Amino acid sequence: MSEITSLTLFELIKNIKEKKISSNEAAKSFVDRAERSKKLNTYVTENFENCLKHSKEFDNRPNFDLKLPGIPIAVKDLFCTTDVRTTAGSNILNNFIPTYESTVTQNIWNEGGILLGKLNCDEFAMGSSNETSFFGNVQNPIAENIVPGGSSGGSSAALAANLTPITIGTDTGGSIRQPASFTGTVGLKPTYGSCSRYGIVAFASSLDQAGPMSKDVKDCSILLEVISSFDKKDSTSIDFKRNNYSKDLTNNIKGLKIGIPKEYRIDGMPDEIEKLWQKGIEYAKECGAEIIDISLPHTSYALPTYYIVAPAEASSNLARYDGVKYGFRSSGENLIDMYEKTRSEGFGEEVKRRIMIGTYVLSSGYYDAYYLKAQKVRQLIKKDFDEAYNKVDAILTPSTPSSAFKIGEKSSDPVSMYLNDIFTVPVNLAGLPGISIPAGTDKNNYPLGLQIIGKPFDEQTVLNIAYSMEEKINYKNNISDWWIK
Amino acid sequence: MSDKSEFFITRDQNIYEVVIGLEVHAQVTSNSKLFSSSSTKFGAEPNTQVSLVDAAFPGMLPVINEFCVKQAIKTGIGLKAKINNKSVFDRKNYFYADLPQGYQISQYKYPIVGEGMVTLDMPEGQKKVGIERLHLEQDAGKSIHDIDPNSTLVDLNRSGVALMEIVSKPDLRSPDEVNSYIKKLRSIMRYLGTCDGNMQEGSLRADVNVSVRKKGSKDLGTRCEIKNVNSIKFMQMAIIYEANRQVDLIEDGKKIDQETRLFDTKKNETRSMRSKEDAHDYRYFPDPDLLPLEIDDEYINKIKLEIPELPDEKKKRFIDKFNLTPYEATILVSDIETSKYFEEVIKDSDVKLSTNWITGELFALLNEKGLDISDSPISSKNLSKLVNFIKDGTISGKIAKTIFEIMAEKDEDPEKIINEKGLKQESNPEELEKLIDQILNDNQDKVTEYKSGKDKLFGFFVGQAMKVSGGKANPKLLNEILKTKLTK
Amino acid sequence: MTIDLKTVKHISKLARISLEEKKAEKLATDMNSIFEFIEKLNELNTDNVEPLTSIAETTLRFRDDKIKSENIREKILKNSPEKNDDFFVVPKVVE
Repeated sequence: MSEITSLTLFELIKNIKEKKISSNEAAKSFVDRAERSKKLNTYVTENFENCLKHSKEFDNRPNFDLKLPGIPIAVKDLFCTTDVRTTAGSNILNNFIPTYESTVTQNIWNEGGILLGKLNCDEFAMGSSNETSFFGNVQNPIAENIVPGGSSGGSSAALAANLTPITIGTDTGGSIRQPASFTGTVGLKPTYGSCSRYGIVAFASSLDQAGPMSKDVKDCSILLEVISSFDKKDSTSIDFKRNNYSKDLTNNIKGLKIGIPKEYRIDGMPDEIEKLWQKGIEYAKECGAEIIDISLPHTSYALPTYYIVAPAEASSNLARYDGVKYGFRSSGENLIDMYEKTRSEGFGEEVKRRIMIGTYVLSSGYYDAYYLKAQKVRQLIKKDFDEAYNKVDAILTPSTPSSAFKIGEKSSDPVSMYLNDIFTVPVNLAGLPGISIPAGTDKNNYPLGLQIIGKPFDEQTVLNIAYSMEEKINYKNNISDWWIK
Repeated sequence: MSDKSEFFITRDQNIYEVVIGLEVHAQVTSNSKLFSSSSTKFGAEPNTQVSLVDAAFPGMLPVINEFCVKQAIKTGIGLKAKINNKSVFDRKNYFYADLPQGYQISQYKYPIVGEGMVTLDMPEGQKKVGIERLHLEQDAGKSIHDIDPNSTLVDLNRSGVALMEIVSKPDLRSPDEVNSYIKKLRSIMRYLGTCDGNMQEGSLRADVNVSVRKKGSKDLGTRCEIKNVNSIKFMQMAIIYEANRQVDLIEDGKKIDQETRLFDTKKNETRSMRSKEDAHDYRYFPDPDLLPLEIDDEYINKIKLEIPELPDEKKKRFIDKFNLTPYEATILVSDIETSKYFEEVIKDSDVKLSTNWITGELFALLNEKGLDISDSPISSKNLSKLVNFIKDGTISGKIAKTIFEIMAEKDEDPEKIINEKGLKQESNPEELEKLIDQILNDNQDKVTEYKSGKDKLFGFFVGQAMKVSGGKANPKLLNEILKTKLTK
Repeated sequence: MTIDLKTVKHISKLARISLEEKKAEKLATDMNSIFEFIEKLNELNTDNVEPLTSIAETTLRFRDDKIKSENIREKILKNSPEKNDDFFVVPKVVE
């Protein structure tokens, strides 16, 4: 059954529940395909043997009441997994084997999911192209030598290449939505506080959120239902009533008000993005939504704000990688020498650059001018959304200002790389839920995504709009398996 | 106690005053750590009380211990300080082997407790010392440099234990005041049960800020901070050394550098650790893993109901209600255990007599044996009985001392000792009369001498009576009878 | 405002990342272009804006004072690059 790997999660669950496919058959199909897909470089650590073993165990004692019954799943290598190496895409954690499990992955295993392996990502999730990973570039299955986006690039590529039926990523400034957009898949960043951060290697604590990545919106709702949970181990986890997202999913969005923020029409935005957005607006109308022009006046300040807040938090979060408790250590003549060499050799260039920026903006004499200023602007950005949500139920924007680019094309110019996240970053700063769904292609036939941003804790509306529009858009990925010989 | 606590340094005609401020780090009494659920118990095997959070494993997050927050609020109330409705946890960033996160979670701009006041009882009278603030923070682990000659070993048992940093205003002026301040702070926290104040175990340590200025000047001099001093004696030694060092510099026309210094206990000197230029840039910022700590007045008021009577109030009550002298009251309230002992003894016994016995014999005994009152070999119950036997005339004060010594060996009921050793005082007038008659009869010449005006011989007869009775004769009664008989 | 080489070196000290001369120069260039882009924030007057420290719309939750973590020394030391049975081992600290 070679087509097992191309099934959606929903279809796969159905087949497993109806005993048409066993968990082990599914696992074998994904493992087999992964073995033939090494060229994509999606996996940092394979857990194939264990996965096959556990799938057999599931088949011996199946429990079809679970939400992910015997489903093999590969996850971004930012989630700590018990006894399975967790690297965060970094040399400094090259040999780190956690003795504990992140809450999000634990939720998946509790519902019957089985770990296939750990997927490549930008180092410490810092990047928009997966090029900062210590474990090398990831190929976008859309075309050779094209980036899969980042930082959840291994996740988006593996998903688009049918190496996993579903996956999870983390999103600090767009790290789920941008790679989803680049690979023609669906990616959701939930409201800050929806998914526990416990056991996820931290990048920027006030922005990081884990979220589902899937082939379609329905799958996305199933996985969100599994991973979104209140967790006492995370002080920023929020105890709100979570929907049965998949059960409550509806394509009826008649009368919903969708805002179109004029500030997202940025200078130099390619025509095809503008056209995609217009098309999206038409689809939304066809679905019965009311389109309302809105203003988010501080949009252009989001990226500079992000590039103060995120590096500042990261510079502190990454201080624990000092060669003492775990991970890589370089030898040094004394403690300080050891620290400096370990961190210099253990971290890659982009990570070091951001640690330096973060250290600088927090340092004596600059705190008020940069960090405090950024926190204030963040408040203004959040207020923009608060006000917009007095008028609308959700906001529609493009996911990215361009389609996937060539490997190496932007890696020498950090600022042009950062501009990739221009539409996604404001959502993290305001802590809102946002989804990217595939909505069309550019001139090269590379996928392009649209983003739907919701009110806090209103993932259901975001999913419903996406579900409804998905039907109208009827996007089909055109992947040729070029990497399989 | 010396009768003056003044401290000045004199060089030729110049008299200098020393200005001292303390940052006391007090370990919060709690079962588990400030942000993790591992034990805080002292003296465990290295690295056995370390959780994944304490060792800062990737993805681990802090969750605050409510009890530690309450303890800080209680201490704040005890220091008559303002409790802030909103405070913020910040990260203090620096690298050190025993700081696993690469930052310490502390409170920087917005501490949980604001300004307060501590009252010291000095020989010259009461002295008020201002409290600047109190904040909660994590303790670091321990670096051990002397086990392995080539390496440093790291034990994280203490990593993450809750500390209260209590910052005083620069109101202290002498080593004696520092002694009194630390003792008072310790006493208040022990009354509250918020810190055991055990300096040997490092539950109480201080950074000492010292500057000097010419007597009468209102300006503050350049200060030096002496880090991490862990006994009152060392604090005093460090202050004396440091103040003299600074005065010498001024006298030589040199500048004092604002710097951090270490006190070398072996050499009895402070030495520079780092200058202001090398000062750490801690890059404080609000910890994004935590939210602001919000406490409403209702919460604070509830805690206020749990606050016991504190030393100052207790002292006032002892003076007002029991007629103690301020000196006696100060001694009896200085430690919560002492005050408890005292109140237990006086429940059924005479206050004045009890006070004398506790501050006299008992303190001497404890001092000699190096014991705390909580480990007193004589229980409050038995001391109370002993005092009652003195009061009702069953035994004399002298006999009581003998019994006290026996009690000190094993905590026995004084009644049992009196009965077993037959130490009961002879208070039967008829028996005493018989005894006196005998003595007068045996010493007729002395009686004659007495009657002819040699008054001093009265003592001789008392002595004889005591000797014959084995010390058991009731002295008061003996005196009365003797007087009557001799004047006949 | 420009970030000079001296500043870059100072920051690398604070961040405990050793830096070769050439790398430091490249970093200075990168940082300057990033800060040029960040300076845009100065267009905004934020005098009366309350800084946003946490986006989570909740208050700090308390934990009970209970000991839940047992002795997991083996697990704690397992991943350490250098350790003995009891301790993490680091190069000699020079004060």
